Amino acid sequence: MAASTETGHPNVLGKAVREGVFAGVVAFLMFLLFVGIETYQDINNALVWRTRWGLLAIFVLVAAVSRFLSVGFIKPHIDRRKLAKAKSGVLEISEQKSFFHRHFLKIALVFLLVYPFLSLLIVGKQGSLKYVDNFGIQILIYVMLAWGLNIVVGLAGLLDLGYVAFYAVGAYSYALLSSYFGFSFWLLLPMSGILAALWGIILGFPVLRLRGDYLAIVTLAFGEIIRLVLINWTDVTKGTFGISGIAKASFFGIWSFDTGSANSFVKAWGLSASSVYYKIFLFYVILALCMLTAYVTIRLRRMPIGRAWEALREDEIACRSLGINTVTTKLTAFATGAMFGGFAGSFFATRQGFVSPESFVFLESAVILAIVVLGGMGSLTGIAIAAVVMVGGTEVLREMSFLKVVFGPDFTPELYRMLLFGLAMIIVMLFKPRGFVGSREPTAFLKERRAVSGSFTKEGHG
Amino acid sequence: MAAESLLKVQAVETYYGNIRALAGVDVEVNKGEIVSLIGANGAGKSTLMMTICGSPQARSGQVIFDGEDITRLPTHLIARRRIAQSPEGRRIFPRMTVYENLQMGAGLDNLKYFNEDVEKIFTLFPRLKERQTQRGGTLSGGEQQMLSIGRALMARPKLLLLDEPSLGLAPLIVKGIFEAIKKLNQEEGLTVFLVEQNAFAALKLSDRAYVMVNGKVTMSGSGKELLANPEVRAAYLEGGRH
Ligand SMILES: Nc1ncnc2c1ncn2[C@@H]1O[C@H](COP(=O)(O)OP(=O)(O)OP(=O)(O)O)[C@@H](O)[C@H]1O
Ligand SMILES: [Mg+2]
Repeated sequence: MAASTETGHPNVLGKAVREGVFAGVVAFLMFLLFVGIETYQDINNALVWRTRWGLLAIFVLVAAVSRFLSVGFIKPHIDRRKLAKAKSGVLEISEQKSFFHRHFLKIALVFLLVYPFLSLLIVGKQGSLKYVDNFGIQILIYVMLAWGLNIVVGLAGLLDLGYVAFYAVGAYSYALLSSYFGFSFWLLLPMSGILAALWGIILGFPVLRLRGDYLAIVTLAFGEIIRLVLINWTDVTKGTFGISGIAKASFFGIWSFDTGSANSFVKAWGLSASSVYYKIFLFYVILALCMLTAYVTIRLRRMPIGRAWEALREDEIACRSLGINTVTTKLTAFATGAMFGGFAGSFFATRQGFVSPESFVFLESAVILAIVVLGGMGSLTGIAIAAVVMVGGTEVLREMSFLKVVFGPDFTPELYRMLLFGLAMIIVMLFKPRGFVGSREPTAFLKERRAVSGSFTKEGHG
Repeated sequence: MAAESLLKVQAVETYYGNIRALAGVDVEVNKGEIVSLIGANGAGKSTLMMTICGSPQARSGQVIFDGEDITRLPTHLIARRRIAQSPEGRRIFPRMTVYENLQMGAGLDNLKYFNEDVEKIFTLFPRLKERQTQRGGTLSGGEQQMLSIGRALMARPKLLLLDEPSLGLAPLIVKGIFEAIKKLNQEEGLTVFLVEQNAFAALKLSDRAYVMVNGKVTMSGSGKELLANPEVRAAYLEGGRH
């Protein structure tokens, strides 16, 4: 109908109002107890509660208004655009990709290489600490973890809910071996990887026959077991106190980053003392580790073992009847994934200088898995984007003081991290059900890579 | 033809839990033969095919392949003895391209013949060549069947097991696939053991055939004999379109 222009059809508006009110009611019921009521301890240490009707009202309003806008305006707009596209006969797939799109990876890599210096230039030494450490290193650790888990979940299709266990093994391997025996980071990094891989195999054996939900439960339990061992084996791990004063990584044994040391990095280069140089060094270390993970993943995917992983995810019976040994295939997937988790763990330990079981709770596994799923199960680029969005997003949250204007001065955005994390996941999954990069890149072609029409290589969306 | 035995199934019993799916089956396939197995739904045909491949393994009895007892071997080692199966339901890898699926079939030992073999599959099934970059899961049913057979052939099998290659296909495509099987058999001496619901076509194609009822072989003979057999006609051929 010609009347249905930008402002929307009366029907659409009516529907939007109804949906908006409904969303408001749902939000009210959902948040009534969580947000509307707050418990706290008074001076006598008694638990009492007070109401927060204002905050609750804001929550309800935000839900209602966003639903109203999305039904009344955003969705009609998107539909119109799709329709126009379909009418103009341009297939989405054959569209020319922009320069940025085609060279995305190169641009991203160059950006990462200059990132620490860029931040030094723009915000200076003190400001850079935040950008290099909180954003750069933090995100890259998750990229690496997610890429490691991707081998197990994305490629081999083995749902692992306890991946953080290997991260913990790596971190504690470094923390313990360096504080008890004084081994250096560069020796312990590969060792942590190997130890984690061994644990991967140890976990792999009992769960060989399990798939899907059952595997997920057992791996979840495994993650918890490792954490509980770390808490309770107090003689060695110091339990919940954790291990502190973990040695810093050195500049490949040449210079040290300890301020007091004789051959300290800053002295050797005539720089003024600042911890930012160590952070920048760590940034490049984790960047290199990430690149190693990506390189190994890409290479393995083209080798028989990588193809076997992918085939295993698709059809185990077919795999076996093609002569693939599914036992070793699964074990290598577990071991390889765990190894990268171990690398990331020992890096984490040296960066923090402190490890405790607190850092290896189930939530970490869940976040890493969420990144893999959001990224599109198997796509390295997609996963990296997801890590930037999810981890970077939660860091940005700390900065969002303007939210206090909306939600009142007592509002601390970090506390709502998980709520927003969940919201973001739902939104991404609504619009991109297969994750950011949802189609699998083929690894083999006849003779040379032909210019393949996208309609062939893209998967159907079903 | 001097009948040299390639596959010998002797008194095999296979169970799913407590359910006996095969109740003492004897089947023999000689080198260079096409042998077919027909029977009603649930007779145990697919179970026999899978038992030959060791998944599930026979609880009693023996499977002898090329003079070697393979009854207790794990599936992947049986496959490496060059028994290839195009299993029931095709079981191609849906997210992999046609080309990658064929690559999976080649396994490790045959990669050196890879290009040659792929060309051969593409001449046998030109449709696959056109579609080589397409995802397996988006192929039509008939194309998937061709891919499943093609993937099995990539293993350079001594024995090809086909479980219902004509399932759900248009008559013309069935004809094409059966002709391809015949051609492979005549030109390369490939030994084929196939399960078919399309009994008429299968019996016409085969040198010999077995009829299976409730986990037991009840009849066997040459294709022609069984085609003429009144019992077989009544049970599997009458009421069909022939
Ligand atoms: N995995 C399984 N677990 C339990 N029972 C099974 C399993 N697979 C098959 N069966 C049973 O074993 C019997 C034989 O099944 P099979 O698949 O071999 O029949 P079929 O002759 O191939 O039939 P169709 O012509 O329908 O394919 C059936 O009764 C079936 O229900
Ligand atoms: Mg069957």
